[in-house]
Amino acid sequence: MTDNIIEVRDLVKHYPVTRGIVFKKTIGQVKAVDGVSFDLKAGETLGVVGESGCGKSTLSRVLMNLEKPTAGTVHYKGQDIAKLSGGALRRLRRQIQLVMQDPYTSLNPRMTVGDLIGEPFEIHSEVAPRGSRRDKVKELLDLVGLNPEHINRYPHQFSGGQRQRIGIARALALRPEVIVCDEPVSALDVSIQAQVMNLLEKLQNELGLSYVFIAHDLSVVRHLSDRVAVMYLGKIVEIGTEDEIYERPTHPYTQALLSAVPVPDPTLRENKAIIRLTGDVPSPISPPSGCRFRTRCWKAQDLCAEQPPLLEIRPGSDHPSACHFAEKREIVATHDA
Amino acid sequence: MSDILVSEQSAPGADGSGRPSGRLLEVDDLRVEFRTRDGVAKVINGVTYHVDAGETLAVLGESGSGKSVTAQTIMGILDMPPGFVTGGQVRFHGKDMLTMSAEERRRIRGEGIAMIFQDSLSALNPVFTVGFQIAEQFRVRRGMSRSDAKKRAIEMLDQVKIPNAKGRFSNYPHQFSGGMRQRAMIAMSLALDPEVLIADEPTTALDVTVQAQIMDLLGELQRERRMGMILITHDLGVVADVADRIAVMYAGRIVEEADVYDLYAKPAHPYTLGLLNSIPRLDEKGQQLRTIKGLPPNLMNIPPGCPFNPRCPMAQPVCRETVPPLLQIGTGRASACHFAEELVNRD
Repeated sequence: MTDNIIEVRDLVKHYPVTRGIVFKKTIGQVKAVDGVSFDLKAGETLGVVGESGCGKSTLSRVLMNLEKPTAGTVHYKGQDIAKLSGGALRRLRRQIQLVMQDPYTSLNPRMTVGDLIGEPFEIHSEVAPRGSRRDKVKELLDLVGLNPEHINRYPHQFSGGQRQRIGIARALALRPEVIVCDEPVSALDVSIQAQVMNLLEKLQNELGLSYVFIAHDLSVVRHLSDRVAVMYLGKIVEIGTEDEIYERPTHPYTQALLSAVPVPDPTLRENKAIIRLTGDVPSPISPPSGCRFRTRCWKAQDLCAEQPPLLEIRPGSDHPSACHFAEKREIVATHDA
Repeated sequence: MSDILVSEQSAPGADGSGRPSGRLLEVDDLRVEFRTRDGVAKVINGVTYHVDAGETLAVLGESGSGKSVTAQTIMGILDMPPGFVTGGQVRFHGKDMLTMSAEERRRIRGEGIAMIFQDSLSALNPVFTVGFQIAEQFRVRRGMSRSDAKKRAIEMLDQVKIPNAKGRFSNYPHQFSGGMRQRAMIAMSLALDPEVLIADEPTTALDVTVQAQIMDLLGELQRERRMGMILITHDLGVVADVADRIAVMYAGRIVEEADVYDLYAKPAHPYTLGLLNSIPRLDEKGQQLRTIKGLPPNLMNIPPGCPFNPRCPMAQPVCRETVPPLLQIGTGRASACHFAEELVNRD
């Protein structure tokens, strides 16, 4: 177990729903993340996919230690991150960094690129002594494929893809071991998206980074990930290697999700076996009893309403899946050309 | 820029005779610019396309390619100023809409051409119920009574498969989920039975499983009503699923137009090829994605010659000097590349 850089065990994050202004009464809980366990190995990319509201962004906030978990633990190299404080916490923050989705709002418009990327050094002055900071920033700009001469420019002078590179440079400034990427390419155009994905891959190879790569685009996740976790309403419903999830999915939700991905090949139009889910994702305030997917599942039985299925390996499958009736099913996966 | 006014008469949209061609909706050499404090942005530089009854034309392009501005010009909802139409026509049943009176145009909107938008939350009015916003059209345009209009609005909600349409009639937009709001928008745009529906990124804000539902619904309603549909999107996957023909836009110009099967099998423009190549593919996992280098041009300063030349792997000296016109190559397809023939005929 020594090569696990992050271990997440039974992680729960609930947000209270309150009513009233003066006398706040808690009337419910938004169960954003509700019992999630996984490991991140050194140097690997774990993809997390799921639709809006499934808890993937909350997960990233807890991993970053921006939110304290309601229950469960996140261990970074054996340390429980929620229990750290002071200098130990500061040292931890160096190691886990975040790349955010929206390159238009995540950069302060009043700061130059040099200040934005150099700001982490103010807090973690041990990484770069004052005199060498500008050179360090220039190195970082060069590393992410931007012109080091542009150090004095402001964010609005850059395009979306370039801004995302600035965000990545800022995340790299403290030489972290883990980078949590929360939808890093979903705001970008197709041609730019590919450039940023190539950059992320190059940086991983050069710097030996581990990524938690959160996205809703299944083909993007597939391209970058070694392992993939599929989330639905705060739970992981299936986890496995990229191949296991995309080629041999056993959870009905994963199967439906994959079959709904539009394939960029018109000749597959007719022979595509598409599973159409009905309805919307239920509210995370009062998720269905038993299996959370049962209200939209075509396989649902009485058992599903009574017993929540465990995320475990079942006979006939090679990876954990949280379905009582997990089985393989042929689907046309993303762009099989 | 004036040397860009190369004739495009051989594009498949026009029949060359100059008179109305019997098309349902045609955009002919449309030019739009935005005059801003910082300069003039040439957003649309001669766009020509058409759509007939019962067919789906996908307009594919990245942000800033002018695909939405073209649609807004067709609908007459472009902000003017800063927008200025500097040339071209938009003909509906052969009549130029740009020179019509405001009253005539208003009559076409909704009944002739309707539009659905990407962001349903900001497209719907938050202070009126969804039902009221649909029923309003029947009252204003059809002169129906309040109760008849309500009945028709509930029918419309039912048609777009909103469960419990009667109960949902008096809900406000924020009480709907994203998918349901998009359904309500579709109900609203189809209320007056338009002949052409313009869908501007209708599923971009939605999750994949909901996206599939909405695209199915749109396809079904289109077939039932034999509507012409203009689907504006950047998603190559969605296009492959639903389009009949595709027009690819770049820097305010159509760079390629083709049947959906031809376009994916043999793109005739390096930009289209680049787009198709930058999709992550299974057989190339772990390898670098093939990207289009560089950035789309600044519309205030479009490079001379072919606007794609600085990013094009095939660029030759001629590309930096002469704007390639959109020329027909083979049946029903056109490309604005000097080397389109070579591109199609390779390997």
